[in-house]
Amino acid sequence: MITVRFFSMVREALGVEELSVECSGDTHSIASLKRTLADQHGSIWDETLHQPNLVHALNQRVVRIEAPVADGDEVAFFPPMTGG
Amino acid sequence: MSHAVLQNRVVQTVVVQKEVFDATEQYDRLLQECPGAAVVTFTGYVRDHCDTGGVGQLELEHYPGMTESVLEALGQRAKQRFNLKAWRIIHRYGVLDVNEPIVWTAVIADHRSAAFDACQFLMDSLKTDAPFWKREHMTDGSSNWVVAKSSDSERRKRWQE
Repeated sequence: MITVRFFSMVREALGVEELSVECSGDTHSIASLKRTLADQHGSIWDETLHQPNLVHALNQRVVRIEAPVADGDEVAFFPPMTGG
Repeated sequence: MSHAVLQNRVVQTVVVQKEVFDATEQYDRLLQECPGAAVVTFTGYVRDHCDTGGVGQLELEHYPGMTESVLEALGQRAKQRFNLKAWRIIHRYGVLDVNEPIVWTAVIADHRSAAFDACQFLMDSLKTDAPFWKREHMTDGSSNWVVAKSSDSERRKRWQE
C-alpha cells in the first residue's frame, strides 16, 4: 500500500487528509499515482492534483513528478510552502 | 526534534512547537551554551494586517516529521556553508495571536558577514522549503490561505550554489 497525504488548500479541496492506495501495476511514479487518483475520484481531484504549482513529496522529501513510487512509500501533495 | 552535541552535552537545534516561546530567553540560553563572537538572530511575529485587511489570528499547518528534517538539513547546510559555531531554529504551528512570535533563527559565527548571511539564508530557505502553510483569520470573520509569493522564491534563488 502507498500512503497518500494532503495538506493545506489541497486537503481542503479534496476533503481528505490521508488515504491508502493499492500498489497496482499502474502505479509506478508520482505522475501515474496522480492519474490513478484522478480517475478514481473525478474532476475535482483531477483539477486539484494537476495544478501547475502542486508540490510532491516522497517519503517526506520534495521530488519531481517522474519519481518512482513503491509499496510502503508515503506520498504527499501540497501547495507551495508559506512558512517563516 | 533535532540535536547537536556540544561539549559532551546534547542540545536541541530544531524545535517545532505549538507553544509560545520567549526569544530573549532562547538568546540567553544559546549564548550560555555557545559563547561566540558574531551572533545574529531573527524573530518573526504575527502581523496585525495583510494586503486585504486586518488580521485577527494566524493559523499554521505543518507536515510533522518532514518539517523537522527539512529545518535540520537547512541548519546543517548553513553550518557548513558559513562555518557556523552554532545555530538554532524554533518554528511554531497551530493558531497564533497577533504579535506572538512565529519563528526564531539564531546563528553564531566568528565574523559578522558570515552570521548575517547565514541568518538570511536560513530565513529565505525555510520560507520556501519547510512544509508550513499559513492561513489568515481576518478581523471581519473571513479566512484565507496565504499564497506563496514569487518574491520569496526569488530571494531563495540567490542562495543557490
